[in-house]
Amino acid sequence: MKDNGETIIEVNNLVRKFGDRAVLDELSFNVHRGETLVIMGGSGCGKSTLLRHMIGSMKPTSGSVRLFGEEITGMKEREIERVRLRFGMLFQSGALLASLTVGENVALPLLQHTNKSPDEIEQIVRGKLEMVGLTGFEHLKPDEISGGMKKRVGLARALALDPELLFSDEPTSGLDPIMTAVVDQLTQKLTQGSSMTAVVVSHDMTSAFRIATRMIMLGHGSIVAQGTPDEIRNSPNAEVQQFINGRADGPIPLNLSQEEHKDHQHVRPRPFRGARFRFHHKHP
Amino acid sequence: MVFIGVRAAPMVALTAFSVGVTLAMQAAHSLESLGAEMYIPDLVMLTLLREMGPVLIAVIVIGRSGSAVAAEIGTMKVSEEIEALEVMAINPVQFLVVPRFLAMMVMLPALTIFGNYIGILGGWAVCCSLLDFNTAGYIMRAVESADTWDLYSGMIKSVVFAWIIITISCNAGLNVEGGAEGVGQATTAAVVQALLAMLVMNAVLTGIFFFAA
Repeated sequence: MKDNGETIIEVNNLVRKFGDRAVLDELSFNVHRGETLVIMGGSGCGKSTLLRHMIGSMKPTSGSVRLFGEEITGMKEREIERVRLRFGMLFQSGALLASLTVGENVALPLLQHTNKSPDEIEQIVRGKLEMVGLTGFEHLKPDEISGGMKKRVGLARALALDPELLFSDEPTSGLDPIMTAVVDQLTQKLTQGSSMTAVVVSHDMTSAFRIATRMIMLGHGSIVAQGTPDEIRNSPNAEVQQFINGRADGPIPLNLSQEEHKDHQHVRPRPFRGARFRFHHKHP
Repeated sequence: MVFIGVRAAPMVALTAFSVGVTLAMQAAHSLESLGAEMYIPDLVMLTLLREMGPVLIAVIVIGRSGSAVAAEIGTMKVSEEIEALEVMAINPVQFLVVPRFLAMMVMLPALTIFGNYIGILGGWAVCCSLLDFNTAGYIMRAVESADTWDLYSGMIKSVVFAWIIITISCNAGLNVEGGAEGVGQATTAAVVQALLAMLVMNAVLTGIFFFAA
């Protein structure tokens, strides 16, 4: 595992409650420079909520999130903007501005945050779009391209400022297998070549095992298991096995009704709560 | 700016013309019985400059641009675009609200002046074709009746209305929650609130300008 020791993200005892329900329940983990951490878990397990806490768009009920060594949970909007310049985020839907063209979308962070000349910006934009396989699409509007293309433009935009850290929310859902491989390769190249760190939320298992250097599986707001892809693949935990092999039967409940869902949150069976997999201490 | 201002011009023109015509006909009807037809241009002019111009054009702009702004920003909110801006360290208020605010502050008063002219033209059409006015007479009476304060008070009103409309619309858009339905509700709320606020503010301003002084 590549790990030069520098901690990029530190999540400590993160709790987020919606009403009585704890969506995130005392989560703690670290991400080190150069790692690709894949966060997986079933729908509604708190993956997206966790991601929103890490980018500072949601405030936790308690606990702390540190990015690049700076505590972001108590930060004011202006301070947090400074931290945000150091990371990029790929949204699930791409989240492109519909009123701008593809090229303008990618150029937006450059125009807003750098003093580069229009020519330089145009060159960077072309380079980033080439990286995601969309050369020549600069002048189209987001609603003239497909969902998968939007996502790739979103990735190009997230990479426009050459961030140290990339968050991706489901980067490969809705992409064809070839494009999935391209995006995965790109993520791998970026984390290997430069010292970029990636945090990827995904439930595409093929892609997850391909890119991850470490994986975390979430369930009911806490960590069910974490470790290297091999450790996860060989995990004795039934819940992990059910998830990575995509079986309908297993310990993960279907949450048939909201009431049951709630009950489940309160009387959660405890055996898998990080009991068998505890790699926290592997990282100094 | 083009959307709020230029493309609204034909609608504003038609409305203002109809109002000018209506005012002149109503005035003709009432004033004739008093034998005071010569005051028709005065009435058209003052009503337009002081009240009808700013208010009716604000109503059109609320229906057209206020709703559009609320829906546009609301849609951006539900499609994660606002969040994406924030994550790119771009302040959505600066990026989205400020340009629309400026456009509205410039274009609503401009449309109001334009609408006033067209309305006066409407009054002239009635006076010259149906009543015994000649063009010169109409213009003379109209210009004599109004002083600059009549124009300015209308302009001040339209600036205040612009501020009300754009603030309410942007706010409604930025606070959208819950998908397409939320966008619809926010748009309706923006139009209704902006209309009410604008009409109440009109009453207050008329009170201050022409009653208290």
